[in-house]
Amino acid sequence: MIAEALTGLVFLPLLAACAVVVLPRRMLAVPALLGLLPLPLLLAPIVAEVARLGEVLMPIAGFERPLGIVWRVDPLAATLLGLNAVIGIAIGAYAAAGQPPASEAGRRFWSLWLLLIAGMNALLLSADLFNLFVTLELVTLSAIGLLVLEGKPAALRAAMRYLLLALLGSLAYLLGVALVYGQAGTLDLYQAGDLLDATLLPLTALVLMTVGLLLKSAIFPLHGWLPAAHGNAPGPVSAVLSAMVVKVSLYLVWRLWFWLAADWSLGWAPVLLGALGAGAILYGSVLALLQVRLKMMIAYSTVAQLGYLMLAFPLLGAVGFGAATYHLLSHGLAKAALFLAAANLLKGFGSDRLEDLRGADRRLPIEVFTIALAGISILGLPPSGGFVAKWLLLQAAWAQDGWVWIGVILVGGLLAAAYLFRPLAVLTARPPAEPQAGATEPRRAASLIALLLAFAALAAGFVPAPILGFLAGGTPPGAVP
Amino acid sequence: MTSATVWVLAAASIFGIGLYALIVARHLLRQLVAVNVMGSAVFVLLVVAAGPIAGSLDGIPLALVLTGIVVAVSATGFALALIVRLAEATGSISLEHDGEPDDR
Repeated sequence: MIAEALTGLVFLPLLAACAVVVLPRRMLAVPALLGLLPLPLLLAPIVAEVARLGEVLMPIAGFERPLGIVWRVDPLAATLLGLNAVIGIAIGAYAAAGQPPASEAGRRFWSLWLLLIAGMNALLLSADLFNLFVTLELVTLSAIGLLVLEGKPAALRAAMRYLLLALLGSLAYLLGVALVYGQAGTLDLYQAGDLLDATLLPLTALVLMTVGLLLKSAIFPLHGWLPAAHGNAPGPVSAVLSAMVVKVSLYLVWRLWFWLAADWSLGWAPVLLGALGAGAILYGSVLALLQVRLKMMIAYSTVAQLGYLMLAFPLLGAVGFGAATYHLLSHGLAKAALFLAAANLLKGFGSDRLEDLRGADRRLPIEVFTIALAGISILGLPPSGGFVAKWLLLQAAWAQDGWVWIGVILVGGLLAAAYLFRPLAVLTARPPAEPQAGATEPRRAASLIALLLAFAALAAGFVPAPILGFLAGGTPPGAVP
Repeated sequence: MTSATVWVLAAASIFGIGLYALIVARHLLRQLVAVNVMGSAVFVLLVVAAGPIAGSLDGIPLALVLTGIVVAVSATGFALALIVRLAEATGSISLEHDGEPDDR
């Protein structure tokens, strides 16, 4: 039962992606629905089992480690699988509202979309370092394919830069995997962690894998490729890139540091990673404040918000780990809502330059309301998921007298308020700007889906206890209690 | 110096050459070749890990190299298609461009 559900999480969207390629055009809605809608149903028994046992292991085809590949679900993986299903369905529905699946453009979108969701599910399940490399490539290639669907020159340039850097990141990761295998003789992440200790070659491997993955996650100062890619992608693609794609590679860094290298004493290294996060928060926020285009502003906000996820390294503990995961969750929902609302504004006004969007609340009130609601969660005002996450991060920093981290979190919140109030002031200013040539009214369903995601980010502020309790069942071994 | 060390050093220098070329080259095809050169360095290292020099042969790293080659070929094919699209759309086979910056 559990094994079938786990298999379905990966193979259902994967088979649906293949079906989209070969089926006649008028039937394309069928695989699009069947590939995504059952995912929450498949997840429910898995989550129940993880809550009961703490983790679920599945050796693929019955081959045990070290030869076989094992899938492992713990509370962290289960939470991210849930977010992936929500994002996949919500943004998929948004895309279908703007562009019906039964068209050639729909075929191109849905084949890659389902492949991306399948790839991310496989990445979240896998415990095999080489299998993780393959899933990382699958995620990167399908994400970049989605990015260039509209064929804008700016998006093509951004995609090309993203591709070259992502390949460089993958190779650095793979080099690390080769070193781990050479030392430990196993590719299983958890077995390798038991066999290796902090000597020269395993440390080199950890550094190589970390740098490669941080490049893929666009962590400051390796963020250079992100704003142009996320800011020029088609609307639903920007949303999934910021909400999920950059985070699955960072999730893998957590796995390496908190599980594989849990008992290596790494001295100042976690503080260094936290410092990169602090740099991301400050630099990304200031750059977000300077943008003239709404989507570029949101993209730089992603650079900044990813920094909070890096604070998990110095603040690792039961509280800090739950806080960072909660931030990942609520930021995913809020950022998807922001990008979808921005895409609707871009469609409704033919431009996403802030000066062209003056007074947009007159014509598109739902979009402006969505940006305000999602903004509440991004800047961490109560009651919202972002507030819970930042409050817990502050608690974790307080508990270890980390005054610098407290300062960074507070200043980051202030800067977020500044960069979010600026577009809101313009969007509600008078007199309103006229739409540019080529502007078309966004679909009502598209507006409502963005609003729903913003509400979900707020709702995360009301139900922290069950989610945090669930996550506490899988606090990493490297966390000090 | 054992022969395994020689191979590891060879892999490291091939990786370094590829990285250097990726950074200094401006033509996208050259950059793509550079990435492939770096990939070959990783494969050399994996073959060393398989232990043909030590005598006993471990099959897993060889299987990884095969899979790695499949991944590298598909990524290269995808990148080539992207380069063609970029050249058609902008008339340039390089990421440098004059005109409006992409964030305006």
